[in-house]
Amino acid sequence: MISPDDFAFFQRFLKQRSGLVLGEDKGYLLEARLLPIANTFGVSNLGALAERLRRPGATALEEAIVDAMTTNESSFFRDKTPFEAFRALMLPTLLRKRSVDQPIRIWCAAASSGQEPYSLAILLREEAAAIAGRKVEIVATDLSQEMLKRARAGLYSQFEVQRGMPVQLLLKYFKKQGDDWQIAPELRQMVHFRSLNLLSNFSALGAFDIVFCRNVLIYFDLATKADILSRIAKNLKPDGYLVLGGAETVVGVTTSFAPVAQQRSLYSLTQGQAPRAVAAA
Amino acid sequence: MTTCLVVDDSSVVRKVARRMLEDLSIEVREAENGAAAMDRCAEAMPDAILLDWNMPVASGPDFLRALRQREDGAAPRVIFCTTENDLDHIAAALEGGADEYIMKPYDAEILREKLEAVGVLKAAA
Repeated sequence: MISPDDFAFFQRFLKQRSGLVLGEDKGYLLEARLLPIANTFGVSNLGALAERLRRPGATALEEAIVDAMTTNESSFFRDKTPFEAFRALMLPTLLRKRSVDQPIRIWCAAASSGQEPYSLAILLREEAAAIAGRKVEIVATDLSQEMLKRARAGLYSQFEVQRGMPVQLLLKYFKKQGDDWQIAPELRQMVHFRSLNLLSNFSALGAFDIVFCRNVLIYFDLATKADILSRIAKNLKPDGYLVLGGAETVVGVTTSFAPVAQQRSLYSLTQGQAPRAVAAA
Repeated sequence: MTTCLVVDDSSVVRKVARRMLEDLSIEVREAENGAAAMDRCAEAMPDAILLDWNMPVASGPDFLRALRQREDGAAPRVIFCTTENDLDHIAAALEGGADEYIMKPYDAEILREKLEAVGVLKAAA
């Protein structure tokens, strides 16, 4: 537990450095995000971390803390809409269009701590009757080794499993591990995690039917966004889908994609873009 | 106005829940155990019920059983809100007719999402 003084100190520091307003009920968030940093910096608790932060010249630590706290919190079924579109539109459409022996390939391009790919894995299990044994592959990538380690373990705090996920799904797909909850091994096996920097060449990942690239482009400047999106376009099958975050858009960034009518956050390749490069993958 | 009955033997816990619910423009009534909760429901059936597990006089599961036997007792969305945090308790709650389950401690965001999940609150656009 963090002392009220230290909590107030972190609150002031975050407000000043990043504009982040940390509510009084967010002590758990501070611990969840900063304890890994405390470990990295060789201290065992948040009190000691605050002590380090108060010392002059703690620039690297300051940056690590701001970074950890301002990264969007992930949750299962985050924003709901894309997952509903996956279940009701994307998956049935692809199952109809693709031949039975053709695997459906999904890429989560900013998998973070794994909630997004695991939410998809859960939906695939829930839709098992429609899938009828056909192969669906989920590739989940993230830049951070730390995040990938967490994601692979599939361990989530009590707070995390209550975010966005109906308790019925918790009951079906998770087991308690001490204070945490772990997603079932058969769901963990459905997701292939690997480390990847979106700035590097990712054409070797092959062609996908759906790419989730949510809440990561916001961290890049316009030219970089455009570059990443145009390269994602090459890794997408001609009739595939791109899913962006709720606050993100392709408008004014790239002409490779256009919004799918009536579907928030959903994009498809623009005509004329589609055939190139993808066929080879 | 949407109404919620908060059933918990701790007045502090009821007060915290009341504040979070009132921030969501939900009208709150309180009961300190399962028996008192049945009385509140007989007066007026709420839209939602936040229900503790362990309470004197009549426990959360006792109350839920009695509620669901009432002719008008199927309507309220019942969300357990308890420190009991294992799969057995969750399974028993759902079998007993609960709609959702919150493990304490929780925050305003989890409460809001759970109320949305059971259809008591409309999801934010």
